[in-house]
Amino acid sequence: MIRDPKDLKRYEPAERANHWVVGISFILLALSGLAFFHPAFYPLTQLFGGPVWTRILHPYLGVLMALSFAALSFRFWHLNKMTPADKAWLGRVGEMVSGDDHNMPEQGKYNGGQKVLFWALIGCMSLIAVSGLLIWRAWFGFDITLVRLGAVVHAAAAAVMIGLIMVHVYAAIWVKGTIRAMWYGTVTRAWAKQHHRGWYRQVTGK
Amino acid sequence: MALQSLDIKQRSATTTPSTQVRQTIEIAKLIDVSACIGCKACQVACSEWNDIRDEVGNCHGVYDNPMDLTAKSWTVMRFTEVEQNDKLEWLIRKDGCMHCADPGCLKACPAPGAIVQYSNGIVDFHQENCIGCGYCVTGCPFNVPRISKEDSKAYKCSLCSDRVAVNQAPACVKACPTGAIQFGSKGDMKDYAAKRVADLQERGYAQAGLYDPQGVGGTHVMYVLHHADKPDLYAGLPANPSISPLVALWKGFAKPLATLALAGVALGSLFHYVTKGPNEVSKETEDEIEREDREKEDAR
Repeated sequence: MIRDPKDLKRYEPAERANHWVVGISFILLALSGLAFFHPAFYPLTQLFGGPVWTRILHPYLGVLMALSFAALSFRFWHLNKMTPADKAWLGRVGEMVSGDDHNMPEQGKYNGGQKVLFWALIGCMSLIAVSGLLIWRAWFGFDITLVRLGAVVHAAAAAVMIGLIMVHVYAAIWVKGTIRAMWYGTVTRAWAKQHHRGWYRQVTGK
Repeated sequence: MALQSLDIKQRSATTTPSTQVRQTIEIAKLIDVSACIGCKACQVACSEWNDIRDEVGNCHGVYDNPMDLTAKSWTVMRFTEVEQNDKLEWLIRKDGCMHCADPGCLKACPAPGAIVQYSNGIVDFHQENCIGCGYCVTGCPFNVPRISKEDSKAYKCSLCSDRVAVNQAPACVKACPTGAIQFGSKGDMKDYAAKRVADLQERGYAQAGLYDPQGVGGTHVMYVLHHADKPDLYAGLPANPSISPLVALWKGFAKPLATLALAGVALGSLFHYVTKGPNEVSKETEDEIEREDREKEDAR
């Protein structure tokens, strides 16, 4: 769908589809994982056909997410290399959060915060994937100390990742005009100029 | 619970108190290793009473059969040959659930009511609530629970909770021909053990003693050992078992804190939006773009 032919293309269809596979599997994993994280969330097992089905399905959803996440990070890693401008941006992130982004340093396709999030998510996802295999008793039987370590790391890294994704989702809601990039891949020129001026210059040649 | 004798004291994945108004008598099983002849009558009685029939299996060249606990063998005799005081000793230990006062399995279990501890001290698995995750195996300091390959439920010795509930001793106790397995109140069993220990010490086992490890709050299955200073001799009986610090961290205070932190992030985001407002594209930037467009139009 072309809303305005002058809109800027931010994501290809394949990138959007990949992001949605990661997003859907993440939501299902967070809901089913929280069910086993604390008794307060146990009723969430009803969303998956009961507690036993939740236990059976969670790791397979995990494999789906790990693979699709790996594909997504492979697509975007070269855009997430930290630069001095990113560090300058991060140094002034307080101003950004307090709602005043006028003096923020110019940013490329991704700002310093997004890049930090990108690498933090890769760290969490790696820890969760490896520890998840360690505690997947249906298929594997590792040494008990490894399984115990896996259980702690899995829970801790998942809790951090859920927190990071909350920030990721909130940032998309907070910065108006962002979510459409996830739906149909385009953003307005004004959006790009305000939030990612370096990228705006690069794609428009201005 | 319908039976007073099965009042539930602790329940897995439950954050509110279970039955607290009365304390029934704390029971214990005492296994006197020095009186055991390794006949395996207890294994047979267990299989008989609980209606579980493990595969007969093969001979592995040792007396142990089956070689390990399984979902269908809730107790096994473990035979060890050791040299102590320049003598060959044949140590035989009846292995199975120790019914810890502080059960690692119950602590680790994420399914409400799948593992309970009765006020008499028995730790019991309620398979109808079990989801088959194996966290009880992760939590157990004695490597006891087994997940069935047939139904993916966890199984272990119930200390014949159904028999104890109606004032009967566990099946293994009934079957033991030498009196090596005793059953009664925990206090009585400690008294009985003290006599056995004194007797063994008199007979040259200076290090004889009772195995009731305090790292797990004491157990409701205790051993009289001739070498209480070296429990490891008895097929790797842990000297100081306790819930692993990793399991304690995993299931302890960290989770409520993490839950609060996540709630904080969610609420923090909401109130950030409410107080700071959305981050919209400024009118200024929009006007700039429009102006550029107009200039381009005009130039044509």
